[in-house]
Amino acid sequence: MILNFYAIKAIYKFEMSRTYRTPLQSFASPVIATVLYFVVFGSAIGNRMTPIDGISYGAFIVPGLIMLTVMTQSVANASFGIYFPKFLGTIYEHLSAPISSFEMVIGYVGAAATKSAGVGCIILAVSFLFVPLKVQHPLLMLGFLLATALCFSLLGFILGLWAKDFEQLNLVPALIITPLVFLGGSFYSIDMLPSLWQTVSLFNPAMYVISGFRWAFFGVSDVPIMISLVSIAILAIVFFAIIWRIFATGYRLRQ
Amino acid sequence: MSAIVQIELLTKKYDDGKLALKDLSVEFMKGEIIALLGPNGAGKTSLISIICGLTTISDGRVTVDGFDIQSDYRKARSLIGLVPQELMLEPFETVMGTVSLSRGLFGQAPNDEYVEGLLSRLSLWEKRHSPIRELSGGMKRRVLIAKALSHEPKILFLDEPTAGVDVDLRRDMWRLVKELQAEGVTVILTTHYIEEAEEIADRIAVINEGQILLVEDKSVLMKRLGKKELLIELSESLIAIPQGLAGLGVRLQNDGRQLSYSYDMATEKSGIPEVLGALKIEGIGFSDVHTEQSSLEDIFIELVAER
Repeated sequence: MILNFYAIKAIYKFEMSRTYRTPLQSFASPVIATVLYFVVFGSAIGNRMTPIDGISYGAFIVPGLIMLTVMTQSVANASFGIYFPKFLGTIYEHLSAPISSFEMVIGYVGAAATKSAGVGCIILAVSFLFVPLKVQHPLLMLGFLLATALCFSLLGFILGLWAKDFEQLNLVPALIITPLVFLGGSFYSIDMLPSLWQTVSLFNPAMYVISGFRWAFFGVSDVPIMISLVSIAILAIVFFAIIWRIFATGYRLRQ
Repeated sequence: MSAIVQIELLTKKYDDGKLALKDLSVEFMKGEIIALLGPNGAGKTSLISIICGLTTISDGRVTVDGFDIQSDYRKARSLIGLVPQELMLEPFETVMGTVSLSRGLFGQAPNDEYVEGLLSRLSLWEKRHSPIRELSGGMKRRVLIAKALSHEPKILFLDEPTAGVDVDLRRDMWRLVKELQAEGVTVILTTHYIEEAEEIADRIAVINEGQILLVEDKSVLMKRLGKKELLIELSESLIAIPQGLAGLGVRLQNDGRQLSYSYDMATEKSGIPEVLGALKIEGIGFSDVHTEQSSLEDIFIELVAER
């Protein structure tokens, strides 16, 4: 048995069924939040803003809003997905099953990324209702969306493995992830910042991801597209290496 | 009968320095029901957790049907089903959903016929679409058993299976264990209910302070270590033990209405004819004679106290 496909499928199906049980929480809630952003920033404030790089502000924030939701949802989905079995004690079954850490990651991260990428697609569809939008590189946009969902789901998985309680589970996204995403250029181009904050932004990994995603939409970005692609690959490798290490040592899983 | 689980010089030391198992070696045989008996903190759950993959090994080796649980963990674990002590279940999932998850985790293709048979056998079929949070405690324990059996394991571990379980469910579980044995499943259970071990186990392993004190066939154990007591109901009360019985180890009890005499079943000469002969010589009449055998609990307490 090279890979335990039945286990991967079982975990994936089990996690997705959680989504179907709570459609309002899973889909409606992030979509409503994003619609509010469109109304406030896109329509109300956006009408008074000058275009950025020739793009209307309402359209400019679409990639940022999608990334904002995909990143935060990926982290939330994946962290909860693995933390909840730990909290309930049902993780015993995964630890006693003939599955590798890699298979667990595929199942949990795959399901979390599917959910957040799905929400991202819904938000994209909704955004067409609010602003005139044309995606210049649709395949690359889709690839970026999936890569971001996977990458931040890996991060969420690490958080879920590490967290000892619900407070830790919620604090990290609130204190670290959300600020990084907001300050990563979701609502602005970093050219608009004072030079000091432009330099600070270069240390924010979320900025590279958002910039690359925006390039796929409009062909303009804060950093070259290749740097964004390399950044997301490096992030994924680092996150996966951390997970591998956690499973290898049994950290907070096996005594 | 060949061994299905072999444990060699197993040691477990936790990060906090607690030594849970010390050079423990034992074998569990194919198709048997073996009870691991021991007081709280003896190392029973640590032993099971290691075999099932929940806890790491500090030193030693464990094989399951010849497969090393570390280097060949996939093959080893696929043979094992575990029913934990606590009711650990996802409350919002349905019975069918959680049992299907278990089967998949253990690498088995979906098999509706088998799962239907399993749920029916555990009286869960009618509840298959119910969320687990709506089930009673007894039903939840059945779900845990269904999950452990969902991938058709060859070895079933039951960790304190009847802790907090009502009499009916306890009887049902004992019956199920016997049925599984008849189907060729090896059942290893931990318990501190002596009557549970006495009722269903073929062999008893007594564990204390991380070491196996003994592993013995239940009947042999009771015969070897068991003491019997001869109780003689007297026709008339005695004030003291008569001279003729004094040297035989007889005790007077129940306000002088009963004589008791303890003897060892393992020895050839029980001493009973001598006691009865002395009664006749002394002219002491009796209305009834019966014997009582020491229970596994007595043996267990004696063993643990000795070490």
